[in-house]
Amino acid sequence: MTDATNRWLVPLLVALLFASGAMSLLAGTVWLRAGEAIGALISDRPTVAALIITDIRLPRVVLGVMIGGILGLTGACLQGLLRNPLAEPGLLGVSAGASFGAVIAIYFGFAASFTLASPLFGLAGGFATAGIAILLSRGGGTLSLILAGSALSSIASAGVILALNLAPNPYAAYEIMTWLMGSLVDRSWDHVQLIAPFIILSGGLLFLTRRSLDALALGEAQAESLGINVGRTRLIALLGTALGVGAATAVAGIIGFVGLVAPHLVRPLVSHQPGRILAPAALAGSILVTLADIATRTLVLGGMPLNLGVFISMIGAPFFLWLVLHVRKRTP
Amino acid sequence: MSALVFKSVTARRDDRTILDGIDVVFAAGRLTAVIGPNGAAKSTLLDVAAGLLKPVSGTVSLGEYPLSAIGRKALARRRAYLPQRASVEWPISVERVVALGLTPSLPAFGDLPETMRPAIEDALAACDLGGLRLRQATSLSGGERARVLLARAIVGDPELLIVDEPTADLDPRHAIDAARRLRARADAGRTVIMAIHDLDLAMRFADEVVAMRDGRLLASGSVAEVMTETLLGTLYDVTVRIRRDDDGAMIRFID
Repeated sequence: MTDATNRWLVPLLVALLFASGAMSLLAGTVWLRAGEAIGALISDRPTVAALIITDIRLPRVVLGVMIGGILGLTGACLQGLLRNPLAEPGLLGVSAGASFGAVIAIYFGFAASFTLASPLFGLAGGFATAGIAILLSRGGGTLSLILAGSALSSIASAGVILALNLAPNPYAAYEIMTWLMGSLVDRSWDHVQLIAPFIILSGGLLFLTRRSLDALALGEAQAESLGINVGRTRLIALLGTALGVGAATAVAGIIGFVGLVAPHLVRPLVSHQPGRILAPAALAGSILVTLADIATRTLVLGGMPLNLGVFISMIGAPFFLWLVLHVRKRTP
Repeated sequence: MSALVFKSVTARRDDRTILDGIDVVFAAGRLTAVIGPNGAAKSTLLDVAAGLLKPVSGTVSLGEYPLSAIGRKALARRRAYLPQRASVEWPISVERVVALGLTPSLPAFGDLPETMRPAIEDALAACDLGGLRLRQATSLSGGERARVLLARAIVGDPELLIVDEPTADLDPRHAIDAARRLRARADAGRTVIMAIHDLDLAMRFADEVVAMRDGRLLASGSVAEVMTETLLGTLYDVTVRIRRDDDGAMIRFID
């Protein structure tokens, strides 16, 4: 691909993101006209439209953009780091750990008395799992990290299932199930404030690995000989993943496939360069989640609204299958 | 230009002593072949020479300074290292792969500066890659890939070039070309070290030979001094005959 596509790719994705964000402000149970929305945003009068936009839809759009962006970015970073197109943010057990934390908050009723209990517990769960994964894999290489992550992931998932099994009443079980399906419903500015610092820090850390990811395309030995500290790169990527994915999962539940799919959508457009893919992958992730969020509000199947995580999985899983077949074709 | 000097270097991997008390000098402007049977610690010697494996005792110095005193980035600018069976893991273009060789010289932010373009062009030309520059590096043949990775290694014009088995898996034409390119680097005054199994090529192109066996230095010196029937026989544990004719020398192994 030429340099011209490279130059226009990021501005184009930003424009697409703004367009989908704007659409997301207008779409929903109550459809707003563009004029109404702009009027609501600029005037101080507390109209219904203004309330819907500023208190309900805008925080939801901002959350969707942050979460989608960080998932796309983490996916791109991990795929570059592990040089594996199938790597995704859940790999290190962070998302399973975060959901286990949130499920504990719901199970013991903290969530009922305090809205931010599940995201706070989720953050703690995600960080704890990532910390243990990093400790377990210390001294070992990339493979031991993946194994430690997947073992912890299984343990955390077992905990979630156990909580469902022992749920004190059907409502708790229902609440856990809904939470696990991933959603941006009823999220407020409080949620935005809670995770914004983590997302920003995580994004900064992940972008630091840019140069190293490029050099890692030659394998660890050659990257090391080019002056890259591979061990430190791995640690930075893990910290970034833990902060970002932990925070994202803590407020929105498990949203799979975005981190896997987003990098693949833009990879050919940046000539497959693992460092250059980071910003476009983050933007693609944001756009995916924003569009999917619009879809969950407007598509109603059998009277039930679809959950965000479910909708994305419905689209992401077939893509994953295609990817596996495609990769198999390319490698002997 | 600077020589690479080993002073009683001992190196370990996983608590096993692999290199034992090595004293050797790799001179500038010379192509040195490191030879020896499998498991002789040739690759470990190269890793230590490249500064990628720290010796447990002894020092390795490049010019006046020990490798440990030269910063990671500064060292990366001065020496290039090409491991055995090196590969490229994403389908990025040949031109980009070669540009990766300039990673240690890149500014902290931004793209490749225009001032570095000529170096990339020179490396592409030196390795005869003009026609392949936009090809995806994962779709190359073995010989083409070896050329691309060599271009990646020499693009920054390193004073020390270390190559592990540059001719493994290559057909005679490509193997001779690869050796000739390394020879050219040495003739340009750089210190070039290659581990190699093909003794005919070593004899034809190298200036110096370092013979390793079981982690120890068996002999080092000029090709004429080291590549004798007796010494090679001891090194590989087989009977060796060296035949000379108008086309050069040929080494025969007789069981």
